[in-house]
Amino acid sequence: MSHKLPRRVRLVLYGVLLVLLVPFVFPTWWMVTSSLKPASEIFAFPPSLWPENPGFGAYERVFDLQPFAQQYWNSMYIAVVVTIGTLAVSSMAGYAFARIRFRGQNALFLVVLTGLLIPSEVTIVPLFQMFNDWGMTDTHWPLVLVPVLGAPSVLATFIMRQFFITLPAELEEAARMDGLGRFAIYWRIALPLARPALAAVGIFTFLHSWNLYLEPIVYLSTPEKFTLPQALTQFTDAYGGPMWDVQLAAASLTALPVLAVFVFAQRQFVEGLAHTGLK
Amino acid sequence: MATLERARAKAAPPHPRGDGSRRPFWTARRRDQLAGYLFIAPQLLGSVLFVLIPLALVFWYSFHEWNVLAGSFRGVGADNYRALADDPKLPGVLRATAFFSVGLVVLNLGLALALAVLLNQKLRGSIVFRTLFFSPVVVSLVAWTIVWGFLLQKNGGINAGLDLVGVDGPNWLRGETSSMISVIVVQVFKNVGLNMVLFLAALQGVPRELYEAATVDGAGPWRRFLRITVPLISPTILLTSIITVVGSLQVFAQIAVLTQGGPGNSTTVLVYYLYQQAFEFHHFGYGATLSVLLFLIVLVLTVVQWQMRKKWVFHES
Repeated sequence: MSHKLPRRVRLVLYGVLLVLLVPFVFPTWWMVTSSLKPASEIFAFPPSLWPENPGFGAYERVFDLQPFAQQYWNSMYIAVVVTIGTLAVSSMAGYAFARIRFRGQNALFLVVLTGLLIPSEVTIVPLFQMFNDWGMTDTHWPLVLVPVLGAPSVLATFIMRQFFITLPAELEEAARMDGLGRFAIYWRIALPLARPALAAVGIFTFLHSWNLYLEPIVYLSTPEKFTLPQALTQFTDAYGGPMWDVQLAAASLTALPVLAVFVFAQRQFVEGLAHTGLK
Repeated sequence: MATLERARAKAAPPHPRGDGSRRPFWTARRRDQLAGYLFIAPQLLGSVLFVLIPLALVFWYSFHEWNVLAGSFRGVGADNYRALADDPKLPGVLRATAFFSVGLVVLNLGLALALAVLLNQKLRGSIVFRTLFFSPVVVSLVAWTIVWGFLLQKNGGINAGLDLVGVDGPNWLRGETSSMISVIVVQVFKNVGLNMVLFLAALQGVPRELYEAATVDGAGPWRRFLRITVPLISPTILLTSIITVVGSLQVFAQIAVLTQGGPGNSTTVLVYYLYQQAFEFHHFGYGATLSVLLFLIVLVLTVVQWQMRKKWVFHES
């Protein structure tokens, strides 16, 4: 349809969209502006949309009260390791299930797919016990090993398989004629073509790891080892009530870098998700 | 050429292997099979070690009484399941779980579809809107929950806004119904962007000519939506509803941060109850029993939805 919507309809649409945007955008705005307000202004009435006396006091206390830089590093490196590990494991498994014929393939694929049916919360009790037996509680191992090899990577493997299945077979045959082995075909031919799928899987794996909450609070007990989501809830006063300004400052520090990356790479985020076999 | 080669074959000495029946063991086919197994090995071992064995252990533990603090572990037959049937808290937990899941799925899918339809209009700036609606997806879950907790305080931003228009807002997180609604709404705004994007991609795949033909036949916008759009995007509706239903049963961080299952037990959903029993009260056996229950619920709901696809998903191929 080439004709544009009538002007009046367009104005109504814009109005509706702007109203609907409020609960999506305002909380982030409120988080950042409130974190800059002094404690006296944070619950002021009428509320100030723009801080009247902005300051970074709350941000300084974030680093005084918790080993926040260490916790930031923990979350960051765990998410990066999990993302790279998941991309390696899931792209290889997805490639093999899609493009290599081997005995028992379908049965083994079903074995792997059961992971899709089992939310990680179901297995948290025995997993805790296993890592406890291995002496790995209060370490980052469970937060890396389970996402990379367990249920979370199964979805990634499934998405990669759906992608590799669409590659034309002629590409591989040409590569075989040139004498390339399987690994070379996977690494030099299939992976470069899978860049959009890898980007989507990588982005969502990173966010999944970055957001993990149940697992860190189950496995970790030393503040120096905490991850960010767990650290955010630790800023409480002597009565256990939240120190709002400090919590909001820490939350802003957690949210803003990822939001900034998102704004620059929104096309990969949004369209990668929409066109990666999840359709 | 051919004669030359035959001559060469004749001239060549007898094959060292003599009988000639044994081919090299590593044929291309075998090597390919091995590559297949090696490629899937990490994922397969991980699935066995971190999914299937723990799942079997959950069932095994559920027949034991196991208190981690007391260090006791003994078989008790079906006692845990009897305790489950008699647990006075369980009906409330299941009700809260159902309330949360139904509320979340209906609001999430409804809003996602509405936003996708709005953004699918020919409108300048719709990519900017899409980006903004999607943005909470990339905000850290606990950060998002904390700022909503702050907004929902008795003297917080939402009630201040209501006060400005002369409405006296409730203490959202202290009322039994309002706290549950709050948790649902916070979660919907956090993740509705994901489903919105999936719906948007599906809508863009609906051929425009169908709408034009229906318009010529005199179908109004609502009728076109129900008769053309919904059937054509029904595979996406199925997919998003499975993802959203299973996701709704996994809610934990929002409850832990916003309400800690309260007030009373009004927001104690199954995963939160499981966490309390296993990791706060150290009843691992009973925690495992609740895990079995959670697993069965997820399994049944997924199978039911998958079966339903035959009935209402269009063009199942």
